[in-house]
Amino acid sequence: MLLVIEQVLNGLQFGLLLFLLAAGLTLVFGIMDLVNLAHGSLYMMGAYFAATFAAWTGSFVLGALLALGATLLLGIVLEFTALRHLYGRDHLDHVLATFGLILFFNEAVRLIWGPAGLALPLPSWLTVPVQIFPGIYYPAYRLAIIVVALAVALLLYVGVMRTRIGMLIRAGASNREMIGALGINIKLLYTLVFGLGAALAGLAGLMQAPILTVQIGMGENILILAFVVIVIGGIGSIRGAFLAAIFVGLIDTLGRAFLPNLLRQVLSSADASTAAPALSSMLIYLLMAMVLVVRPEGLFPANKR
Amino acid sequence: MADPLLRVEKLVRRFGGILATDHVSLDVAKGELHAIIGPNGAGKTTLISQLTGHLAPDTGSVLLAGRDITRLPAYRRSALGLARSFQITSLLLDFTAADNVALAAQAHDGHSFRFFADARQENGLRDAAQAALQRVGLADRAHVLVSKLSHGEQRELELAVALATKPQLLLLDEPMAGLGVTESARMVKLLQELRKEVTIVLVEHDMNAVFALADRISVLVYGRVIASGAPSDIRQNEEVKRAYLGDQHVVVRQ
Amino acid sequence: MKMLFNVRNAVPTLVVAGLLLLPLYSHLSGNIFILTLFTRIVILALAAASLNLIMGYGGMMSFGHAAYLGIGGYAVGILAQEGFGSGFLQFPVALAASALFALVVGALSLRTRGVYFIMITLAFAQMAYYVASGLARYGGDDGLTIYKRSDFAGLINLSDRVQFYYLCLACLLGVLFLVWRIVNSRFGLVVQGLRSNEQRMQAIGFPATRYKLVCFVIAGTLCGLAGALLANNTDFVSPAIMYWTRSGDLMVMVILGGMGSLFGPVIGAVAFLVLEEILPFIIAIVGTPFVGDAVAGQAGEYWQLVLGPLLLFVVLFGRGGIMGTLGRFSRG
Repeated sequence: MLLVIEQVLNGLQFGLLLFLLAAGLTLVFGIMDLVNLAHGSLYMMGAYFAATFAAWTGSFVLGALLALGATLLLGIVLEFTALRHLYGRDHLDHVLATFGLILFFNEAVRLIWGPAGLALPLPSWLTVPVQIFPGIYYPAYRLAIIVVALAVALLLYVGVMRTRIGMLIRAGASNREMIGALGINIKLLYTLVFGLGAALAGLAGLMQAPILTVQIGMGENILILAFVVIVIGGIGSIRGAFLAAIFVGLIDTLGRAFLPNLLRQVLSSADASTAAPALSSMLIYLLMAMVLVVRPEGLFPANKR
Repeated sequence: MADPLLRVEKLVRRFGGILATDHVSLDVAKGELHAIIGPNGAGKTTLISQLTGHLAPDTGSVLLAGRDITRLPAYRRSALGLARSFQITSLLLDFTAADNVALAAQAHDGHSFRFFADARQENGLRDAAQAALQRVGLADRAHVLVSKLSHGEQRELELAVALATKPQLLLLDEPMAGLGVTESARMVKLLQELRKEVTIVLVEHDMNAVFALADRISVLVYGRVIASGAPSDIRQNEEVKRAYLGDQHVVVRQ
Repeated sequence: MKMLFNVRNAVPTLVVAGLLLLPLYSHLSGNIFILTLFTRIVILALAAASLNLIMGYGGMMSFGHAAYLGIGGYAVGILAQEGFGSGFLQFPVALAASALFALVVGALSLRTRGVYFIMITLAFAQMAYYVASGLARYGGDDGLTIYKRSDFAGLINLSDRVQFYYLCLACLLGVLFLVWRIVNSRFGLVVQGLRSNEQRMQAIGFPATRYKLVCFVIAGTLCGLAGALLANNTDFVSPAIMYWTRSGDLMVMVILGGMGSLFGPVIGAVAFLVLEEILPFIIAIVGTPFVGDAVAGQAGEYWQLVLGPLLLFVVLFGRGGIMGTLGRFSRG
């Protein structure tokens, strides 16, 4: 029972992290119609920045904040110099160009930080187990991730639903031509949206960093999951991304945790340990395929085009 | 009317809260040229799309030669002899005019699961294409890329493509849209010839053409047919005049 | 005839001539490495050509094409492991398995379009990847070693580098010929028409999905052939060959070479993979006068740093890929 609660919390935590990544992706896709494969690279940069700044300043929190700022800046620069030229072009052009960016970032990281990868150690106050229910303990850091991610989700919700800028963002997600007609400075809006997406990706990366190692190519694996999330949730929809991300996070984590034991009932131990992670990963893609076949716009589409 | 070629019965189509097609019924006899007119936004293209199978109606039915085609997809209706030209020119831009027409002929010449022989060398198809192009006056532009044709030539090509499928019913969605005076006159003359061979449903704004060509006219306003009958009746219909020009009189050249 | 001699036609001719004569060069210079490199290039060019059929001519942006490399490869590998070493069994099975997978994936995916189509094809490829990495018996993540290449009963010896190279080249040229015939056939015109304006094609009477599905299956099958050859080339097959970034590599080759042109995929594959090998040298050579030997040599290692922006550049300014740019030169 303890195990189940712990794994559910882990699933929630992973799902929230996925949400941070997916939110930026779905905003950029929904509003600027830009397929950005290099979103995973921004995730990676967030992690690398955090590890570096934390080592320089000696403080985890300070390093995280600096990394957030750096990734935001990087995103804005990227949008300004390269990506804005892709707006309005074929999705295939986006795929090719941002794929090239992935290669560039991976190599740049290898050049600057070397091929080995980094570690981001946690300060002692984040490693203690916290008692969340009587008799049930959960690592403080994972709890912190949940709290921070939920706070960001709430901020996003309030920001998108209650502010003028948020209204523009929502309008843009459902009807791009309209916001142009309203005479808003589109270029600035797009740059800001992209920057926001980059910051969210960086945040996800730096929060995940202490749990998994910081290494080259870490973006590609999770990027694909983020795409799955936004397709299931509905492109351009933050609410959809939230629900889908939690769902996917739970399935993935619970699958990895409990599928091996389930499979051991029918397969040999060795076979089960190889098959289990593969099967739980497959589940997510199977889910996406089913959603696409039955409801191609996603479960909670942003627009009624 | 005895056995109309096309019968539309109480067609309804909604878009969210908007009733784009409001219980539309009409009959088109074989050999007739039936014009559908109405102010902008009346739902003419929506109606045509439901007749050709590109849009599904919510309720109601469409019958072609007595056969219910309401739920049939567009390509099946084409096989049954329904051809369409599009209001916004919809051609294969990176192909030549001849290619466009030949493909239409190919679609009605057996299956296309042939993988080896060069289709552009198939004389049957090429001859049929040339004939259709000749008909609309584009014979000497056969090997020009569609993207390089003038707007008027593209409208004529739309017609040629529709003809190449040997239809029994031609649905023309504003074939004169964007044409100059000479080109319009040429199109009207062409339609005068075509009406002897094929039944035509013509959606048009050009009133001169409509009154010159139509056997019968239906007037569509806000998705509803407000009047249907001979041109002379329509010309004098008060409701029609009001729909077009408020309470002022409609002036139509005789 | 006057159209035949221009830059756009000269380059593919030179490339094909070069590919035909390569083993001679390798033999004379003693450079074995270049032979194995170009065997790989030829095989991947075949895969790119199959992708070009659905992407360039058919307008179907499949992000899961690398799956067929894996399916073809695993057909060979699994059969070899189970004691069925005959190429006469392995290759047909590779083709059949690829065709079947393409049929299922196509039937489901072609109900969507645009970016959703891209995502769902990617999803299926990832599923194939995970199935392969979940099979402990066949190596799982570590992959499967193939101890003996496909046996063609003395007809051709795949272990002989030169024979194997010519087999691959023959397959590539054969596939290009096939694609050429298909593209100009009735079927090919329909598929191209569907890419150009699907609504119009439906209106004149073509059932779109049927034709796209058949095209999809043909492309998958041809890529399965490439997979079987690739497994023989590396004597190894692993799930990694099916990872989505490999599908991305194939897409890059097709786009770089020029989508919808017959030789585009060959040029693209050669360009992409040769750059991978040569760019380090070029960077080193170009850089040495400026920053000295050691640094330039080091810099050469980071060739992808250049490739990335290069791709970006091609997208933004080089419309139609390499063949497209050459075409503009030959038109003057």
